[in-house]
Amino acid sequence: MDANVLARIQFAMTIGFHFLFPPLSIGLAWILVIIEGLGWKKKNETYVAIGKFFGKILALIFAIGVATGVVMEFQFGTNWAEYSKFVGDIFGAPLAAEGIFAFFLESTFLGLYIFGRERVSKGVHWFSIWMVAIGSTISAFWILVANSWQQTPAGYVIRNGRAELVDFWAAVFNPSTLVRFHHTFDAALISGAFLMAGIAAYLILKKKETEIAKKALKVAVIFGLVVSLLEVFPFGDLHSKQVARTQPEKFAAQQGLFETQAGAPLSLFGIPSANPPELKMHIAIPKLLSLLTYNDPNATVKGLKEFPQSEWPPLFLTFTSYHLMVALGILFILIMGISVFYLYRKTLFEKKFLLKVLMWAIPLPLLACQFGWIAAEVGRQPWIVYKLMKTTEAASQNVNAGEILFSIILFGIIYLLLGSIFLFMLIRKIKAGPEPVKAKEVAL
Amino acid sequence: MIDLNTIWFLLVAVLIMGYAVLDGFDLGVGIIQLFTKDPDERRVNINAIGPVWDGNEVWLLTGGGAMFAAFPIVYATVFSSFYIAFMLLLTALIFRAVSFEFRKYSETPRSKKIWDMSFALGSTIPALLYGVAFGNILRGLPIQITDGKITDSVSFLSLLNPYSLLVGVLSLVLFTMHGSIYMTMKSTGKQQDKMVSVAGKTWAVFIILYFIATMATFFTAPFLFDGVLKKLIFWLLFILLFLALFYIPIGLKAKKFGRTFFASSLLIVCMVGLIGVSLFPRLVPSSVDLANSSLTIYNASSSQNTLTTMLIIALIGMPVVIAYTIYIYRVFRGKVVITKESY
Repeated sequence: MDANVLARIQFAMTIGFHFLFPPLSIGLAWILVIIEGLGWKKKNETYVAIGKFFGKILALIFAIGVATGVVMEFQFGTNWAEYSKFVGDIFGAPLAAEGIFAFFLESTFLGLYIFGRERVSKGVHWFSIWMVAIGSTISAFWILVANSWQQTPAGYVIRNGRAELVDFWAAVFNPSTLVRFHHTFDAALISGAFLMAGIAAYLILKKKETEIAKKALKVAVIFGLVVSLLEVFPFGDLHSKQVARTQPEKFAAQQGLFETQAGAPLSLFGIPSANPPELKMHIAIPKLLSLLTYNDPNATVKGLKEFPQSEWPPLFLTFTSYHLMVALGILFILIMGISVFYLYRKTLFEKKFLLKVLMWAIPLPLLACQFGWIAAEVGRQPWIVYKLMKTTEAASQNVNAGEILFSIILFGIIYLLLGSIFLFMLIRKIKAGPEPVKAKEVAL
Repeated sequence: MIDLNTIWFLLVAVLIMGYAVLDGFDLGVGIIQLFTKDPDERRVNINAIGPVWDGNEVWLLTGGGAMFAAFPIVYATVFSSFYIAFMLLLTALIFRAVSFEFRKYSETPRSKKIWDMSFALGSTIPALLYGVAFGNILRGLPIQITDGKITDSVSFLSLLNPYSLLVGVLSLVLFTMHGSIYMTMKSTGKQQDKMVSVAGKTWAVFIILYFIATMATFFTAPFLFDGVLKKLIFWLLFILLFLALFYIPIGLKAKKFGRTFFASSLLIVCMVGLIGVSLFPRLVPSSVDLANSSLTIYNASSSQNTLTTMLIIALIGMPVVIAYTIYIYRVFRGKVVITKESY
């Protein structure tokens, strides 16, 4: 295999694994802001117990996120040196800003949140989880600034053989930044809500500290329903419209649309192929795509054939991952909707089957995040920076295939090991359950 | 008269100083962990840096980001040249980062010991590699610039030359000393006595090595000394370095551990400063064609617009960072107290 393909596999693997953790820490941190706030204002020890229990889980998740994130910060230089030289004038700034405005904040205050409960006042302690949540969110913002600039570059000029910054704010708030930030940030909140709901559901099923678990489940499903609804409308809707406007080839690939047409149908299922260019076995609803995209059932939507085939993204991955993401998004509304319905009827805690569904649904938002990411990044191919630089031109020229293969195997083994140990410890921690309310402090 | 490129050279130097001082002591504690047999002492060690190590490591990430933003050519060239070495460094940092939490959730003394050793090796390897990397940069990399196109080819084995390994051992000893001085503030009783003794011994080794390394630099990379002796800043750093260096044994003897730690930090700042002064305005000397193919703060930098923007970001952000970092250190000052939340 050539070095470029290997470099892409390496990047996909390391970022895919890393991207399992930040959504959970962002989501969990924000729910803990609510939980700790309730505990402080209501002087309710049950909320404090939830905070302590999920705080430990947050610390564990955060640690793996940090460990795998360090790799990301340096990988552009090690694996994508040509890309780094071409975009460094613009792309480096958001990464540095992320360090200054986000990493310091979240890392420093997480230490205070976890270890400082007895050392600082309750107000300062609540402030510390706020800072963790805000820090992790700012981090997501700057990463999405950098990545959105690859999707819809703005505020630059090509000079001295590279992209140079001319308008910082235009580059930061390029046409896709805010839409993609909202969409991704909300996905993180969903991931956090499902994690807390699932763990609480498990504790109720196992009759462990059910007082604590019920309160946690209540907060998590209400929060979860709100954020699941927001994810589809307005965030998902706005994001799709933006892609249609700014990256029509990607949009056509995600929707499996080959012919430019008025009154385009929305494909619910299908298997796209490039040769011959068609969507096999497809089920579609007439005119719906035009209606959703342009608020007009007869609007014209551009198909893939409008563009040279050399600029099409890989069709199967783009189409399938996009559709699976959307399907999961709708499933989240259903699960959280039904849960909130029974919560309102005061029978949620007896619905064994639903509690089991909630428990097994913990990994689904993470899966949706991965699908969304694949739809966005694979959908941008063959470009590493849309219409400016091809991915094939971007890899380091002084790194050979053997070296990249070495790092793929190395990180493959490490991540497999870390992932297994993480799951093992997380599950054991969950099984042990939270500490009972008002337990005496035991000196060790 | 100071242009933006120079300011960014200074800022990157400050980030490296911040990282070397802060993560320097917790890397050092990790190295000490390698030789600590008593499980209780190991627990004190890891908890001495538990609440702060993560914030310290951010200096590295921010340094990397700042290098990318201000000197992208250096970021791209050096990082890809050091490919295999970087992968090893990242591996070590990954294991180091997870070992805190994994240790906490391990239930048997044996598995706790495994994560203690993962933390120890994950600290020792970076401490060594940073020195090796600096050594290689100081002696120059085989960079060739022809018509604006940069080519270089560095094999992993060629990075392991005697001079760079010497600098690697030097940084290992330096961080061990710095870490043991930190532990004199954090530990009590026998453990504290032991740390005082380790600090004294590593100090002696450090002086010898530092002298040898300076001589070796003079022969390996004589260009680093060109015109440096005429610079006032060189002499200032030089004198401060010596004051700090010779205060360390005095402070240890007088049991003024806070001040000794300050001296040790100052020593590191001066060392990084002296390296900066000798490199300036180069960032990475070329071993092939020093005059025309070295990466400097001018030919490897971002545009003036980006440097200005980044300067504003740094001026807004870093004072806030420094303020709350100081606050956190104040909250966790004093001896290690083991509680239920501890690692």
